[in-house]
Amino acid sequence: MDHSSFTPLMSLAGGALIGLSATVLLLANGRIAGISGIYASAITGGSGPWQWRWLFLAGLLMGGALLFGLMPAAFAIVTDRPLWAVAVAGLLVGVGTRYGSGCTSGHGVCGMSRLSKRSFVATMVFIITGAATVAVARLLGGAA
Amino acid sequence: MSKQSHLGANAAAFLAGLIFAAGLVLGGMTQPAKVIGFLDFFGGAWDPSLAFVMGGAVLVHAPIYALVVRRRSQPVLQDRFHIPTQRELTVPLIAGSALFGVGWGLGGFCPGPGLVSLTSLELEAATFVGAMTLGMVVHYLVTRTSDAPAKAPPTAPRTSRADA
Repeated sequence: MDHSSFTPLMSLAGGALIGLSATVLLLANGRIAGISGIYASAITGGSGPWQWRWLFLAGLLMGGALLFGLMPAAFAIVTDRPLWAVAVAGLLVGVGTRYGSGCTSGHGVCGMSRLSKRSFVATMVFIITGAATVAVARLLGGAA
Repeated sequence: MSKQSHLGANAAAFLAGLIFAAGLVLGGMTQPAKVIGFLDFFGGAWDPSLAFVMGGAVLVHAPIYALVVRRRSQPVLQDRFHIPTQRELTVPLIAGSALFGVGWGLGGFCPGPGLVSLTSLELEAATFVGAMTLGMVVHYLVTRTSDAPAKAPPTAPRTSRADA
């Protein structure tokens, strides 16, 4: 990574769309746009009405498919991480977001927007441990 | 709730999913190397883009939450708001978020971008989502069996468990 990859305007625009999505879901349905919570409740069977979760996820995948058709370069899934590390990462993200009651969307966007102290702390914690992990991976992997 | 408003609410959820995916892709979140570049504070070439994603989202969502949502007693298409009510900082919140961060830094994916990246049919995305799903199911099975006898009223923990 270098500074040529810094994309402040596109990232700001993308973020604004995420904020708009969270607003639509909260204002129309009264629901928090927390992806880990929506996905986990969809697959384990949450309480109350359930269709909206599957429809949200369908929209997420449909939107992904449309954009992959339009701009496949935005799905550059290239890292120096071996596949076993990606699998361990998935397990940690699955377990961690459930114990921590949220992820980047639920805590980082929705919770921070509500000025939730829990979400501020959660966001600080996952950015710090994420940065520490990247730093350790850099040390172990040499010049990675 | 009438059938019609359920239909509207489901349509709104689908639309929200579509917009969310577009935001993640445009924001660069479906490029794990870019996510790792954001978390790489000490690598000498920090890429701050993802702070702009979070900032852009909060800039849009926070004022509407404060000025519109807080003044409403119920959402437009459903009976009530499902907003987390818990205030205390708890061990699961902090330990869980710490584990999530390690996984995020290791793979460069968080849940939303992982799911959206499935559409690229890349092995990494499928591996990540498969393992994440397994982790969530394991958490569900473990907490379900340990919570069941301890907590008598089934309604109270359900609401406090409300997902962020």
